[in-house]
Amino acid sequence: MAYKNFILVCGGTGCESSRSDEIYKSLISEAEALGVSHDVQVVKTGCFGFCEQGPIVKVLPSESFYVKVKPEDAHEIIAEQVIKGREVSRLLYRKDKKAETAKLEGIESYQKQFRIVLRNCGVINPESIDEYIVRDGYRALEKALFEMTPEEVIAEVKASGLRGRGGAGFPTGLKWEAARKSPGDIKYIVCNADEGDPGAYMDRSTIEGDPHSILEAMVIAGRAVGANFGYIYIRAEYPLAIERLKIAIQQAKNYGLLGKDILGSGFDFDIEIRLGAGAFVCGEETALLQSIEGKRGMPRPKPPFPAVKGLWGKPTVINNVETLANVPVILTRGAKWFASIGTDKSKGTKVFALTGKINNSGLIEVPMGTTLREIIFDIGGGIRNGKKFKGVQTGGPSGGIIVEKDLDTQISYESLTALGSMMGSGGMIVMDEDDCVVDVSKFYMAFCVDESCGKCAPCRIGTKQMYGLLDKITKGQGEEADLVKLEQIGKAMTKASLCMLGGSAANPTLATLRHFRDEYLEHIRDKKCRAGKCKDLVVYEIDPIKCIGCGLCARHCPVPCITGEKKKPHVIDGSKCIKCGECFVACKFGAVVKR
Amino acid sequence: MAKMTLDQLRALRAQKQEELEKRTVEGKDIQMIVGMGTCGIAAGAKQTFDAIVAALEKHNMAGKVVVRQTGCMGLCYVEPTVEVVMPDMPPVIYGKMTSDVAEELVVKHLIEHSLLDNHIFDRPAVDIVKH
Amino acid sequence: MIAGDIEFSDELQSYIDEWSKKEGGLVMMLHRIQNEFGYVPRAAAEKLSLISGIPLAKIYGVITFYHFFKTTKPGKHRISVCMGTACYLKGSQELLEEIRSILSIEPDEVTDDGLFSVDEVRCLGCCGLAPVIMIDDEVYGKLTKEQLPDIIAKYRSL
Repeated sequence: MAYKNFILVCGGTGCESSRSDEIYKSLISEAEALGVSHDVQVVKTGCFGFCEQGPIVKVLPSESFYVKVKPEDAHEIIAEQVIKGREVSRLLYRKDKKAETAKLEGIESYQKQFRIVLRNCGVINPESIDEYIVRDGYRALEKALFEMTPEEVIAEVKASGLRGRGGAGFPTGLKWEAARKSPGDIKYIVCNADEGDPGAYMDRSTIEGDPHSILEAMVIAGRAVGANFGYIYIRAEYPLAIERLKIAIQQAKNYGLLGKDILGSGFDFDIEIRLGAGAFVCGEETALLQSIEGKRGMPRPKPPFPAVKGLWGKPTVINNVETLANVPVILTRGAKWFASIGTDKSKGTKVFALTGKINNSGLIEVPMGTTLREIIFDIGGGIRNGKKFKGVQTGGPSGGIIVEKDLDTQISYESLTALGSMMGSGGMIVMDEDDCVVDVSKFYMAFCVDESCGKCAPCRIGTKQMYGLLDKITKGQGEEADLVKLEQIGKAMTKASLCMLGGSAANPTLATLRHFRDEYLEHIRDKKCRAGKCKDLVVYEIDPIKCIGCGLCARHCPVPCITGEKKKPHVIDGSKCIKCGECFVACKFGAVVKR
Repeated sequence: MAKMTLDQLRALRAQKQEELEKRTVEGKDIQMIVGMGTCGIAAGAKQTFDAIVAALEKHNMAGKVVVRQTGCMGLCYVEPTVEVVMPDMPPVIYGKMTSDVAEELVVKHLIEHSLLDNHIFDRPAVDIVKH
Repeated sequence: MIAGDIEFSDELQSYIDEWSKKEGGLVMMLHRIQNEFGYVPRAAAEKLSLISGIPLAKIYGVITFYHFFKTTKPGKHRISVCMGTACYLKGSQELLEEIRSILSIEPDEVTDDGLFSVDEVRCLGCCGLAPVIMIDDEVYGKLTKEQLPDIIAKYRSL
């Protein structure tokens, strides 16, 4: 006995609340009523995203994707789809053609994601070179070695519009061209896999899932610029990614895809892995080069750019993992195809690590031009526990927060910068009403204080001063003049720092000051943190009306500072309270309140 | 294998693609693919992998099934993930596949040819390589 | 004490022989040393200086620049608390405080029995499982404070 159809009913929280359970039951009873319960299995599934379009029903194997389904529709779905094999067209999901920003040539899909960089992640065995080769792996290298001149490769990458995915968005083709034109026999290709942004793991996942795409791209880059050696600079904290890279390099060497005379073309290229050692600043390209040279990873002024004077003074191309992962596809599918995806100035896709207070946290890849709202609500499934959306942080410690009113912005390098944030490497952290913007700004500033290399004064002193001011505000000792100081120091750092670490360290604070000034003022004037995160400002109290005097809070209190007779309202002694929050968690009646 | 020439690489790709079209790997036509990136492993993918292998042995299915690893499918919130590809069944991605559900997966999906409730998650995007 | 009075394993010795010939191999050699000892003992740094000819001052300059390198011996079990943004938002600061209070140690200390030390680390890359801690090579995700005593107890008896 085998089922012919499977009807998947979304059982995510969003759909649950919109009657998915009733739909599930009516589908089963309709199937029985129409005598086809042996032909079709009705299955409850996890969240599909698209919660605003819910409830969602998907039929396999036809892949019919139905939205806003009602229990009354069950009869039609069974009668048409299962019995007659026809889709119920009125329920099918249709893309809003007008709002459709991401043009995907020849691909009709309800899905918002589109995977170029992650094309093999979750599909192939990353430890098998054969599985990579089957999926057009090393096909682009064949082209670069036998069918195109180095100049043509560079022209193709330029025409694709690919820009650096490490955050700054410099056109990759121009970088390659500059390195090619720089005089010298010895040149280097460096892959930047020093993914230090807290809350970002795109590059790790790409390497863990598809290491050969990076190797292939590096050989192509080497061929294009005339380099015969490459380094992969990767965080020591990524043991699995390092292991898979090592395996991949060995396999490629065995197959003659790395080493001398690759595929008999006469072109030599070798790759060596160099480990980082936990310094965020080494993501900055000049600092990274210092680190590969075995030195303290401190940035130096640019120009000269690494494409002219890089590793050991030789012309060097530094590309980030995600940038490189695009390269083989650009050569196999063509620059025209690639350039058809995305917006005017930002082509292709972007990978994001979507985390924080979101239902479906995960690694996603979307065409440039997708809106933040689509990412957070359609793909991410909205905010956890039905809380209110507060903001989304992009670009990590160098980025800013984007608020509700800007959620319909189409993602591109320019649009995010215009919002006072940045594309960054791809961390995307969603915050809800329980997160305090002052606290988060302080968190990022503490990170920058720690990671500042100390070479230039604006960053070394500025981050420390800003941290001090933010700390003061979270402790309820802030003054209004502090906000002006924060802005002044922030602007000075932005202008005067040697590298982008200092140059963007003030971004999170400046962005929150712009969007949430009232919350800063609340901390200062009213000594209040509305999110309840700033411990020194929180006061725990017991609501005498709700308290039944069970004493559970008093038993959990470690100080102890809660007193009261049995079955009578208890009281917290504020002078002794250490604000640990144990009573708040313990109380089953919601009688303990944060104020 | 020794170092290849261009022609040998092309021949290898063609040969492997042909095998893929027949949908068989090592003469077995069922594939169970476990997501084993750092996230997946942290969520217990290794235990799941072992539990699947044990369940296949127990139900005399080991000879028909290839259990493979892959990288991150991107569904971090429902790790560990397992994809099942077999004849006469649509390819399906299962999430929250901890080791204790492994046997149920083998019995229901592979033997009874039915899908498991509450574990199916949607494939996030179309495949540009096949497309 | 004589400078550099420490035994290197054969593997470490040959690794250093190989990498001291390469340009810019210092960071890689320090990684290998820390792999062997769990930290970079002063004697090992001295010995490395003698072998490679890199001045000790330069070696220490590099060790102290990078967070990853430790100059003091860590506990037998290293507890790393992820302080990435996603974990921070989901309460990793509280986990850190709770772990330190269970073990009664301050930052950079090792428990009296030498069993545990606690580090704050940058993103472990498991944001989907936040908040996350790692003990030795084992990752624990979606943690609450209440689970900590049991997890730590498991390692006491190992």
